Amino acid sequence: MKAGFDEMRAADGAVREHYGGYDRWLAEQPPQVMQSRREEAEVIFRRVGITFAVYGAKEDANGQNGGTERLIPFDLIPRVIPAHEWREMERGLRQRVTALNRFIHDVYHEQEILKAGVVPADQVLGNAQFRAEMKGVEVAGNIYSHIAGIDIVRAANADGSGNYYVLEDNLRVPSGVSYMLENRKMMMRLFPDLFNRHRVAPVAHYPDLLLETLRSVAPAAVNDPTVVVLTPGMYNSAYFEHAFLAQQMGIELVEGQDLFVRDNFVYMRTTQGPKRVDVIYRRVDDDFLDPLAFRADSTLGCEGLLGAYRAGNVTLSNAIGTGVADDKSIYPFVPKMIEFYLGERPILNNVPTYVCRDPDDLGYVLDHLGELVVKEVHGAGGYGMLVGPASTAAEIEAFRGALKADPNRYIAQPTLALSTCPTFVESGIAPRHIDLRPFVLSGKTVQMVPGGLTRVALKEGSLVVNSSQGGGTKDTWILEA
Amino acid sequence: MLSRTADHLFWMARYMERAENTARMLDVNYQMSLLPQSEGAAERGWRGLLSINEISGDFAKRNEAVTPKSVINYMVNDEKNGSSIRCCLMAARENARAVRGTLTTEVWETQNQTWLEFQRMVASDAFQRGPGEAFEWVKFRSHLSRGVTVGTMLQDEAFHFLRIGSFLERADNTARLLDVKFHSVENDLIGFGPGAAAARLRYGMALGPTQSQSQSQSQSGGGSQSQSQSQSQESGKDVEFDFYHWSAVLRSVSGFEVYRKVYRNVIRPERVAELLILRPDMPRSLAACMHEVLLNLQRVANEQSKDTLRMAGRLQADLQYGRIDEILATGLHAYLTQFLERVNALGAGISRDFLVPVAA
Repeated sequence: MKAGFDEMRAADGAVREHYGGYDRWLAEQPPQVMQSRREEAEVIFRRVGITFAVYGAKEDANGQNGGTERLIPFDLIPRVIPAHEWREMERGLRQRVTALNRFIHDVYHEQEILKAGVVPADQVLGNAQFRAEMKGVEVAGNIYSHIAGIDIVRAANADGSGNYYVLEDNLRVPSGVSYMLENRKMMMRLFPDLFNRHRVAPVAHYPDLLLETLRSVAPAAVNDPTVVVLTPGMYNSAYFEHAFLAQQMGIELVEGQDLFVRDNFVYMRTTQGPKRVDVIYRRVDDDFLDPLAFRADSTLGCEGLLGAYRAGNVTLSNAIGTGVADDKSIYPFVPKMIEFYLGERPILNNVPTYVCRDPDDLGYVLDHLGELVVKEVHGAGGYGMLVGPASTAAEIEAFRGALKADPNRYIAQPTLALSTCPTFVESGIAPRHIDLRPFVLSGKTVQMVPGGLTRVALKEGSLVVNSSQGGGTKDTWILEA
Repeated sequence: MLSRTADHLFWMARYMERAENTARMLDVNYQMSLLPQSEGAAERGWRGLLSINEISGDFAKRNEAVTPKSVINYMVNDEKNGSSIRCCLMAARENARAVRGTLTTEVWETQNQTWLEFQRMVASDAFQRGPGEAFEWVKFRSHLSRGVTVGTMLQDEAFHFLRIGSFLERADNTARLLDVKFHSVENDLIGFGPGAAAARLRYGMALGPTQSQSQSQSQSGGGSQSQSQSQSQESGKDVEFDFYHWSAVLRSVSGFEVYRKVYRNVIRPERVAELLILRPDMPRSLAACMHEVLLNLQRVANEQSKDTLRMAGRLQADLQYGRIDEILATGLHAYLTQFLERVNALGAGISRDFLVPVAA
């Protein structure tokens, strides 16, 4: 593995310019400050109820669930990105998400990109995430993924510099934005003096941008649209975020049972009778949206929703069928999409990816299994995955068999040395691996707040930033010089 | 507003109010138990508390004896007792969490904090070590919950459903308290026919013979075996006991000082009844509660709620124009039983019209 890239310190140990102010501040603090601030933060998070529910641990017969609400560990040391880097990243995100939305529209309409042979047709049409129900359906503004979360990592180059790479596009129901907002609030509360000394770009207007985006994609006939957030309910792991966003936008937080469809229009049951709903920011997966169309056993959705949607009487945000564009098998083609739809060179890098269905790529992958990460294209959460450098010879050989038997199911990428950021852990301040998820909003225009959610792998050496596996979060600063 | 949201708000307020009233009852019994009194009287107090909540049977199934410790534990921390403070505070918090976006941050954090602190208090055995202080804490969390609601929330539908929940529950709880406390003094002090009851009450508690008679009846009725003193000895003690009994009832609804202010006179049961049933300016009286319920219900009225409003209006009018001697003539127990039925029907009507509408 190459030498790592640390966000705060260069290879020679010198503090990078954009961390200079923080470093000086830190040096002035008495030793107990960080520990006592961390305890304070935990108390506040508990009181505010910024928790996530743990799956499978629903209430028992007595309605007890006090023990199943967990805090996501919050790290006190901010992840700082200089403003000029962010501006470049922002341009790249805008470009990428625009192309992805064009792609989704295309595959459900003319399919020009398939006809041109830029993306293999069977990869798209045979994809489990391809929703035939969406073929020919007109959606407001031709936008499908109104809220996109793009996962970005920085990896070290041989010369010690770092490059940003897009690791994954999340175009279905990306979550985490509430932590971005709450982390900032917490930092400002714990360390007001830090914000006096730094020009940190604010993020608190995200709910405003989100509401503006959602209103802008309402069905054309509606003047003053009623927008709601649809949640699976209070036992969902992201319930806090659903409730938080609804409250911040001042709109109703509904569950499937609160909605019904009559004559292809969607209504919610209110104390004053039925009320029309025009835009649904749904935090429920496609499969559960409408038991008549998708999973019949779903109680989270609303019967007839797909019909109302296809009739153009309600906007679902994000649209149904966006998963066809954020699948791992499609990921390698995103740079080509950008060129195809926008005629531009991609600003953000993809991680170099070997598509195992390609015989040349497959040959390379089979020869280099020990140094690559091989992923199942439809897999998620680290299942069906081989991390070459961390695997035994026997595991590699076993995987080789599976790969040869069905190469179409796999892609492979070099093992990236994710950048690290100083993090306050038990042993003091130590480097831990991080990523970044900016949230890109697409309506009449493409907008985003500066930065995003930085996730950090709290275990030493770990690359897993997922909150269910010991990951935490940090405040993310876009810093003007 | 969503019907489901209104439902959660309504129940959040009800559970919080119920927790407060349970704490009030426990506190008064606990304070009474510190006075010199017969074991029988003490036990009767604890039994009365269980019967208010209609859970004597469930308690008996899982507890050997009625002791202060067992009743306090059962009423504070029993997970299987839906009326326990624990269950009420948790239900209030869960209902709040389901609609946290509708509440102000302050209201939600108050509910959440109450639940978190309650768990800490139970863990440190606070309710057994210092019951008085712990019950006071519950009352103050309820005060805070109501206060933060009034002080921070927009006075929209959400607010009105919270208020309806609070006052409907309080009306119910005050009525139950009265019923049990009058019962415990006499199976009927008020029970020898309507006329006799009224007369007896009009002459008040100071009438020795009537009192000692009722007292001893009540004690034997309560199953106590400790009654061995003579009638005459008892009689002097009765007056004293009655003072403490009724002043405790008043204290349990924060009404002792109010009583003094309103009547400037010795404590008599018919006045206690009047204060807690009919006084519109006594914040825990049935009249005051129903006034609030009606007021808030009028604000949220919809097309299908006419009957429910009529029910609430009539109940409120009965209290507004009622007289205590008429009520006592009917028999207090009968009156309160009917009142509880009407409150129950009103709750069902609110639920049907607003909270869980059947029609799509």
